[in-house]
Amino acid sequence: MSFFDKSRTVAPPGYSRWLIPPAALCVDLCIGQAYAFSVFNLPMTKLIGITKSAPGDWLLTDLGWIFSLAIFFLGVSSAIFGRWVEENGPRKAMFTAACLWGGGFIISSIGAYIHNIWLIYIGYGVVGGFALGIGYISPVSTLIKWFPDRPGMATGMAIMGFGGGAFIASPLSVWLMAQFSTPTHVGVAETFIALGVIYFCFMSVGSIIVRIPAPGWKPEGWTAPAQPKKLVTTNNVYVYQALRTPQFWLIWWVLCLNVTAGIGVLGQASAMIQEIFPGKVTVIAASGFVGLMSLFNMGGRYCWATLSDYIGRKNTYAVFFVLGTILYILVPQTGEAGSVAAFVICFLIIISMYGGGFSTVPAYLRDMFGTQYVGAIHGLLLTAWSMAGIFGPVLVNYIRQYNVTHGVAKAQAYNTTMYVMAVLLVIGFFCNLAVRAVNKRHHMTAQQEAQAAA
Amino acid sequence: MANTQQEHNNGLKLTLAWLFVGIPLAWGVIETLLHSLKLFE
Repeated sequence: MSFFDKSRTVAPPGYSRWLIPPAALCVDLCIGQAYAFSVFNLPMTKLIGITKSAPGDWLLTDLGWIFSLAIFFLGVSSAIFGRWVEENGPRKAMFTAACLWGGGFIISSIGAYIHNIWLIYIGYGVVGGFALGIGYISPVSTLIKWFPDRPGMATGMAIMGFGGGAFIASPLSVWLMAQFSTPTHVGVAETFIALGVIYFCFMSVGSIIVRIPAPGWKPEGWTAPAQPKKLVTTNNVYVYQALRTPQFWLIWWVLCLNVTAGIGVLGQASAMIQEIFPGKVTVIAASGFVGLMSLFNMGGRYCWATLSDYIGRKNTYAVFFVLGTILYILVPQTGEAGSVAAFVICFLIIISMYGGGFSTVPAYLRDMFGTQYVGAIHGLLLTAWSMAGIFGPVLVNYIRQYNVTHGVAKAQAYNTTMYVMAVLLVIGFFCNLAVRAVNKRHHMTAQQEAQAAA
Repeated sequence: MANTQQEHNNGLKLTLAWLFVGIPLAWGVIETLLHSLKLFE
């Protein structure tokens, strides 16, 4: 196993740091498939009936648990294995993620073949969920260490890959199912096997390419600012010590509230635009809107994180919260005015900031807690994502349902939700405003840093 | 001489690595973009 040891991944002199983003993308583009898992939902309701659901076929409600489990175990595994990833290096972590992701698909293929949903819950939901968590955090601290001059841009690029993974997975899965399907067979099990093998190979390439910088390495011609910015530390905070700082929990809420505001509408975008503009927006046009939102979700991850290198993380989040609040208040007006274009523009900006929230947060943590345990701290922070994954859709769906059952027209049923989202963003603004530099008593001593490095 | 060789190798590795991830990503983005155009039909 020595090839996977952290000591074997130290970059030789002359190694180009621009090889690290593609290494990270190898992993993120694969695990980003999770966002496209819904393409299997309908085919998996017809595994027995083939052309239509038959008695004994799985229901959509049964299948919905697969994605929920995967996201839940993403949060759990990133929190549990963050320190392990940090201490064992990116190669071992990325290869572990590759084995789990590929293995999860293989287990799921058996589940689809013998028609046992529990095997898919375990394969994709649990094993795949662990791969998501480990894979998502594994390149983060490596990128931050290679790009001390532009940490936002570097992590933005990797996390953009997670958003972009669905773009590849969705058409690829549809194409594979078409190849494997026959008049008596849907082709899901074979597609899972093919995806498992493809993803394992692709992610393994990333684990082979990745390197960590040699101790004391700096980009050529770059020197750390003599006078560090007020909110950018040059010290390190131990992973579990970070949990004792108010900054960790403030940023936890900042992420949770920003994600809550976006994730709910992301899941309901198609139904929402059709209900707000009845007769004006068709099902096909709504699916185009969803595609456009995905593009802005991905683009926002890179653009906002890169911008944060210039204006600072705190200011970037301040923009998210102020602009997001204004846009959420404007959305009901665009519906009442019947302006589809204004509605679409509002949501594209909102969703770009949702993506930007994910990609800017690793650099925010690095500014607060230093580089040594940033990956592990990021892993713990991702529990905010799991929470938002529950809050967001619940808020959107239940408030809409409450309004509809109380006689509110469907076109206006989302208005209250928009105002609730705006309030959440105002709370997020104040959480972000309260973030100050971490107290010196939380910093690791030079001796502790040397021990941790050893 | 050694430096030139190393720069050449680095350039080749970089090109291959970026093509490896860039081609599938670009294909996915184009597919999604074409799909998104349905909003304007």
